[in-house]
Amino acid sequence: MTAITDPGTTSRSATRPPSDNRRRVRKYTTDQVPLGSLLLRLLAGLVVLVVFLLPYLIMFFGSVKTKAEIRSVDPTYFPTEWHWDNYVTMWSTPETPLAQNLISTLVISLCATLLVLAVALPAAYYTARFRFQGRLFFLFLVIVTQMVQPAVLTSGLFRQFIAIGILDTWVAMILVNAAFNLSFAVWIMHSFFAGIPKEVDEAAQLDGAGTFAVLTKINLPLVWPGIVTAVVFTFVASWNEFAASLVLLTTAGNQPLSVALTKFVGQYETSWHYVFGVSVVAIVPVVILFMIIEKRLVGGLVAGSVK
Amino acid sequence: MKDLLKALPWIGPAVALIAAVVLFPVGLMFWNSTRDISQSGVDDGGVGLANFATVIGFQYFWPILGRTVVWVVVVVGCTLIGSLALAALLNKAFPGRRLVRMAVIVPWASSVVMTTLVVHYGLEPYFGIINSFLVDVGLISTPEGYGWTRHPGTAFAWAMAVAVFVSLPFTTYTVLAGLQTVPGETVEAARIDGASGVRTYFSVVLPQLRGAISVAVLINIINVFNSLPILRVMTGSIPGYDADTVMTMIFKYMQNQRQIDLASALSVIAFLVVIAIVAVYVRVVRPLEEV
Repeated sequence: MTAITDPGTTSRSATRPPSDNRRRVRKYTTDQVPLGSLLLRLLAGLVVLVVFLLPYLIMFFGSVKTKAEIRSVDPTYFPTEWHWDNYVTMWSTPETPLAQNLISTLVISLCATLLVLAVALPAAYYTARFRFQGRLFFLFLVIVTQMVQPAVLTSGLFRQFIAIGILDTWVAMILVNAAFNLSFAVWIMHSFFAGIPKEVDEAAQLDGAGTFAVLTKINLPLVWPGIVTAVVFTFVASWNEFAASLVLLTTAGNQPLSVALTKFVGQYETSWHYVFGVSVVAIVPVVILFMIIEKRLVGGLVAGSVK
Repeated sequence: MKDLLKALPWIGPAVALIAAVVLFPVGLMFWNSTRDISQSGVDDGGVGLANFATVIGFQYFWPILGRTVVWVVVVVGCTLIGSLALAALLNKAFPGRRLVRMAVIVPWASSVVMTTLVVHYGLEPYFGIINSFLVDVGLISTPEGYGWTRHPGTAFAWAMAVAVFVSLPFTTYTVLAGLQTVPGETVEAARIDGASGVRTYFSVVLPQLRGAISVAVLINIINVFNSLPILRVMTGSIPGYDADTVMTMIFKYMQNQRQIDLASALSVIAFLVVIAIVAVYVRVVRPLEEV
């Protein structure tokens, strides 16, 4: 495992942060492609586009149907009337306090992201810049964490959080989301820091800047894309977290949307139009976040994915 | 030692967080798996390995384990094949490619629960839109459709389809990243030597994707093994244990039966299985070496 013995170079070659322009060397042009195969690609592309968007289109169209229409025995593909008012009325549906669920999702995701940033950034910087005893052990620890997921640890976390009295609190899920996204954040930011030549630091130090000033004034602007990637991944993963929240948050109002929505299933008359309205509200922002970092999604190569 | 002390303010918080929320619960889980814990949470003393005997002795244990293997192998296998095809397409130039790439991201960013809920709704008899479509195109003859989510077998099959769907984006993007490291000259050289497009792909491009593929497969194995939401939504309301994997069973012990000791024992088994798979995989395939 070279990744552990020499994390600097390995992760750098894997994520290749500073050389985005190198990726662009191979220009994609449609000039020399025969028209026939171009049309074939276009057709295949269209099929892929439709397949990947279909569930979300069904969601969207369903969210503006009336309850009667979405539960009609003669289902319609498109809404006959567009009921945008569903987006207002859905918040007071009796199954679960959706407004509180949205707030929970927001608070947990934001706090977990901030915590990850506060904890991972210094660690990533220091391990990329300085050699010290225990450095490899620390990076090994980070990799191992990546292999473990909260789902398999919920029984331990459950008992632990009862013992220290934070079961069924936001704090519990903030800690869980932060801890399990920490390794990705450390790894991606580490690879960005490692991509900056040490001479840059040394020049600044010669000018009299301390370690902290070198980090904030010299390095941060250069690793900014890495930070954004880590932040987006952590936020989206926390936003969608399900398994641990299901067990660790027992009060309806504390639960995030992912858990709250499962309560609609198996109801005598599921309000699917509300389920889809809430889903649209929950999905649009994170999809936009992912699109912003589209070019850097492959940074997840080593450190894993959201799912 | 002195430089470790100097490093502590920088890495200390990260170590503390990992120790408190990852390592400690692992230890506690192992400990709890050897205790007798009542439904109200009172620890009634040590029972050795009795919880493991109960969990393994459960009449559905081996079918559940077998189903877990099927779940992981089928989902990861189909994801890989689908991703290779998808990445090959997205690596080629065509108008609107950027739009298609963006569309592929959507299931990655979206909540798995919400994606599964749409499919679950679509499969409902009478009003589900997938059923309705299958009736409209003549694949199902009964006008109300088929109760896909009422039967363990079909519900499990659909859950696997959803799992492949949500795993495709990450895997495709990883393969795409691998494709971008394949030097264009090697492909051109093969073409000049008269190799067909298919031949070029299998003997020139695919071998160079080894690093990307092995990392993607490793991460997919871990994720798919640990996946709860899809099966929870798709098969959760089916009575019995005919659509369960190890992961859903852990949550049944924990929530339905409130037997945290048995849940811990099965979690320990799951934990060790993941570690074993990763260890064997890393030794045999060496995914981290070539990335």
